[in-house]
Amino acid sequence: MERLRLATVWLGGCSGCHMSFLDLDEWLLELPARAELVYSPLVDTKEYPLQVDLALIEGAICNADHLELIHQIRQRTRTLVAFGDCAVTGNVTAMRNPLRRAEAVLNRAYIELADLNPQLPAQPGVLPPLLDTVLPVHAVVPVEYHLPGCPPPADRIKTLLAQLLEGRTPQLAQHQIRFG
Amino acid sequence: MAAKTLTIDGQLVSAEENQTLLEAARDAQIPIPTLCHLDGVMDVGACRMCLVEIVGTPKLLPACVTKVQEGLEVRTNSERLQRYRRLLLELLFAERNHVCAVCVSNGHCELQDLATQHGMDHVRYAYQAPNLGVDLSHRLYGLDHNRCVLCTRCVRVCWYIEGAGTLNLAGRGTGSMIITDLNQPWADSDTCTACGKCVQACPTGALFYKGATVAEMERDRQKLEYIVTAREKKQWNV
Repeated sequence: MERLRLATVWLGGCSGCHMSFLDLDEWLLELPARAELVYSPLVDTKEYPLQVDLALIEGAICNADHLELIHQIRQRTRTLVAFGDCAVTGNVTAMRNPLRRAEAVLNRAYIELADLNPQLPAQPGVLPPLLDTVLPVHAVVPVEYHLPGCPPPADRIKTLLAQLLEGRTPQLAQHQIRFG
Repeated sequence: MAAKTLTIDGQLVSAEENQTLLEAARDAQIPIPTLCHLDGVMDVGACRMCLVEIVGTPKLLPACVTKVQEGLEVRTNSERLQRYRRLLLELLFAERNHVCAVCVSNGHCELQDLATQHGMDHVRYAYQAPNLGVDLSHRLYGLDHNRCVLCTRCVRVCWYIEGAGTLNLAGRGTGSMIITDLNQPWADSDTCTACGKCVQACPTGALFYKGATVAEMERDRQKLEYIVTAREKKQWNV
């Protein structure tokens, strides 16, 4: 059986979903027999590769880099999974949205609440500019499946992945689509 | 009291004439999802989760405020109703800032439960992200407008069970807000008796005990029904 080309991506999130992915424990040892990890924060690949079969997207679309990358990912990937609450809803990363503008968010964090040396971080070409509104992944590009949870527990990830690896349309039970 | 006979989801049901469709369905073990309904408190039909189809009527009707009638043929769980219920839930999640992961009611929330029961794995509508405050002025309780679904359970227990009339609804449409007295900080309210019935009534994390952190807010719903029943049956002197 040909191995599936699998990617995992870390956008605007805390990496908790990836930590939960590592909680798959010994199942991770079985995974390479069925999937090849071609791009991930866990492997050293700089460029998102072509012809990816399945990508788990952790995190929301928060800055210009995320926006550029997610369009590239969509073009190069057959199946996208919004992986965890930030990707599905915006979640904690979107709690800045009521402030409406990126400038207001930076001011709040780096000027108003600063104890020492208040100044805005400015490293053009290094720090990507924040978007005014944090968006869930499906608000930017079409997403095939949603895997809620903050983070999704390992067994929930396994349920979804196992079905996708077998080429089935994944079915999740009621308790497996709970936010939070 | 005269009995009425009607059909709910193909099942012949006998009900008392002043019962609502919701009560009749529940007596017959037919579940209808609700959010603004709270046992022991008058119904207002605010949330529309309990909408049902009645054969021969083009409109959908809220089961909690529709009385039974002889010969009615009611459907509670058609594909259309399921679709509308999920749509309603998505609109509720999009309207304010329900961040389940950091909510006091995570894991004990009626809105969260309804979402899972209706297969809501994402929200198709744009999140409105309104800039709403949290009133933490009260000595015992907090009111987080971000989590409020405007079901008015708190208003109803405050007026009709406690009789204090502290909580109220101001504004219209999506600009509606729960207020205390004349839209002043809760701590400045002259009428609040600090009874806590509003906190017991809240389906989400909008009303909570101060000091409760993520997922710690659990409520005892039966307390309210217990108080109402004891009063109606005059089991104690108030």
